[in-house]
Amino acid sequence: MKSAPDTDTLSDREIEEANAANPVAGIDQTRGDFKYEMSYEFDAGTGLNEKTVDYISGVKKEASWIRDFRHNALKIFRSKPMPTHWATKDLENINFDKIRYYLSQGQKPKRTWDEVPDDIKHTFERLGIPEQERKYLAGVEAQFDSEAAYSNIKDVVSKQGVIFANSTEALREHPEIFRKFFGKVIPTGDNKFSALNSAVFSGGSFIYVPKGVKVAQPLQAYFRINAENFGQFERTLIIADEGAEVVYMEGCTAPKFSTSTLHSAVVELVALKGAKIQYITVQNWANNVFNLVTKRGVAHEEAEIKWIDCNIGSRLTMKYPGVVLKGRKSRGEVISIALANDGQHQDTGAKMIHAADETTSNIVAKSISVGQGRSTYRGQVHIPKHLKGCKNNTECDALLINTNSRTDTYPAITVRGDRNYVQHEASVSKVNEEMIFYMQQRGLTEGQAMSLAVNGFINDLARQFPMEYSVELKRLIDLEMEGSVG
Amino acid sequence: MSSLEIKNLHVTIGEKEIVKGLSLQISSGEVHAIMGPNGTGKSTLAMVIAGHPDYVVTSGDVLLDGKSVLAMEADERARSGLFLAFQYPSEIPGVSIANFMRAAVQARMAEGEELDATSYYKRLYAKMDMLKIDRKFTARSVNEGFSGGEKKRCEILQMAMLEPKFALMDETDSGLDIDALRIVAEGVNALRGPGLGVLLITHYQRLLNYIIPDFVHVMYAGRIVKSGDKSLALELEAKGYDWVKKEFALANP
Repeated sequence: MKSAPDTDTLSDREIEEANAANPVAGIDQTRGDFKYEMSYEFDAGTGLNEKTVDYISGVKKEASWIRDFRHNALKIFRSKPMPTHWATKDLENINFDKIRYYLSQGQKPKRTWDEVPDDIKHTFERLGIPEQERKYLAGVEAQFDSEAAYSNIKDVVSKQGVIFANSTEALREHPEIFRKFFGKVIPTGDNKFSALNSAVFSGGSFIYVPKGVKVAQPLQAYFRINAENFGQFERTLIIADEGAEVVYMEGCTAPKFSTSTLHSAVVELVALKGAKIQYITVQNWANNVFNLVTKRGVAHEEAEIKWIDCNIGSRLTMKYPGVVLKGRKSRGEVISIALANDGQHQDTGAKMIHAADETTSNIVAKSISVGQGRSTYRGQVHIPKHLKGCKNNTECDALLINTNSRTDTYPAITVRGDRNYVQHEASVSKVNEEMIFYMQQRGLTEGQAMSLAVNGFINDLARQFPMEYSVELKRLIDLEMEGSVG
Repeated sequence: MSSLEIKNLHVTIGEKEIVKGLSLQISSGEVHAIMGPNGTGKSTLAMVIAGHPDYVVTSGDVLLDGKSVLAMEADERARSGLFLAFQYPSEIPGVSIANFMRAAVQARMAEGEELDATSYYKRLYAKMDMLKIDRKFTARSVNEGFSGGEKKRCEILQMAMLEPKFALMDETDSGLDIDALRIVAEGVNALRGPGLGVLLITHYQRLLNYIIPDFVHVMYAGRIVKSGDKSLALELEAKGYDWVKKEFALANP
């Protein structure tokens, strides 16, 4: 049984009315398939070696410790095999020698949209970013290929001492905080792609929220890939000091290219005592993008980290946001939605590592497989024997649309000791012909009917999103489902 | 004034012929009841008019206002004004009745035209008041965990909102209890009017105690074997279907 929705979430009616009143609310990632021909001022060339790392580090004028960090990471990346013993063989189709690792028009983002070069500005205007910023965001960073083209934070937020910058700037201007937390949640050698990111990272957000500061509006980053054969390696680090609260949202798009593109980010979150971080992702990658992302947070005593992760598009996504529950009574949550259409593989899930007493974690994962699309859920919940009063709840629901779809669930739950409580539920359901006929008989086209069935399936999760994002998610699903009808 | 014309219709499902040359004409404002024993093709008739992909028309035609609907997809037929009240309506988990109806209303609007949420809810609530349906009802997911009576109420409400030219009501042996029977009857009576034609499919005469039909047809072995007014229904109630079967056997040796 589904529980009744919280009273503070939006009702369908409120969402509808807002949507009808303002059809342009939110970003419109459905309009992501376009690009501008750019000539890049900074280009690290094709392929990856020590010179690539030196080039990136050089244009950013980095300190020697970070250059050494990058070189060490490159060594680790080379030494690690592809994880094809458990993951898909499709990873072998990534040709690291054919990728461009750094493309930018400069390392310093503009503070006003007027200063942003026209083509880049037009890109973000078409995606609706400046308008959204005016309406309801505390700050925006817009990354175009390797670097942020625009970054701004509202005065009232910066006056509270909140730092919102990209990684390039943060390394230059806030090295003491950056270095203290950087690479601590996700060490370079965590996996092959975290090592790759550590060697060539560029862009991404750095956020520090001081003690007790609650940022009222969300901060947002938007990641745009514009160039073909390109790899985007942003690095995000968010620190919420004691009692602080922040909501961060990211969106991502790329145009459709005939060759593959790589997106490999690393995101580290640190919630100190009593802090709350909510991290929301709605991504709509073109179906040639390999999206291999490592995301993890550490929650200290009574802190809370919540990942809301929506994966639409890409050729292959591998992403398992995690929370290390390090402090007593800390809480972790992952809400995950994945839609795998024809030719796509969404390999997603969550990790919850309980490392203190009375910690609680909640995972709700819903996947939709359409046509030949494939969804995989991988979960890891770890509660060691010496702990007591820990709780985990895991729910995985899969929806299959047509018989070719495939879904797999690998929920690894290790619970030791008898003073902890776990609960796991999984379900697989199908959209059947009778349901589609019923909806068609009411006048909906087959595509609209499937779209509605999918939106219904994720409805209880989508209601937890900020309204702009739930509207956008619905729009993205509509578009995917319209496109999937033969 | 609209017309729904079924002309010498033959329908197969798989290899089997179910409807074998059925003709019937309905005009706006009329209520036609089709009665008949189980397994005689009544529900097939409703499904094939609505455009279910499993049923194949081998010959004959179905005309809405003189235009054949057979080449149309189910959704196009629905938007042209055909409504089927299902015997066993599907559940749509997570989709509220209000949202579902909104999508159906939006689907009838011209491309680029946006539905006005405020006036939509005004109209929805007016229909619910007319049908004496509680406001909370439309926040529930379509048919999910509904009782038989609630499913009927949901179908009637959709019919009221979509204002079809013709409603096909498949009430065949769906184990209608007295409560559900009354919901269907009150709904049809409330919506009855010069703009609506109804084809009411039923196994038992008792539904016709509540909805007085203009015409009664007896269906047997895939065609209509007898037509008359409401007194035919009473005759069937008194005598059962056996005499119809005997008459049919004599006429088709």
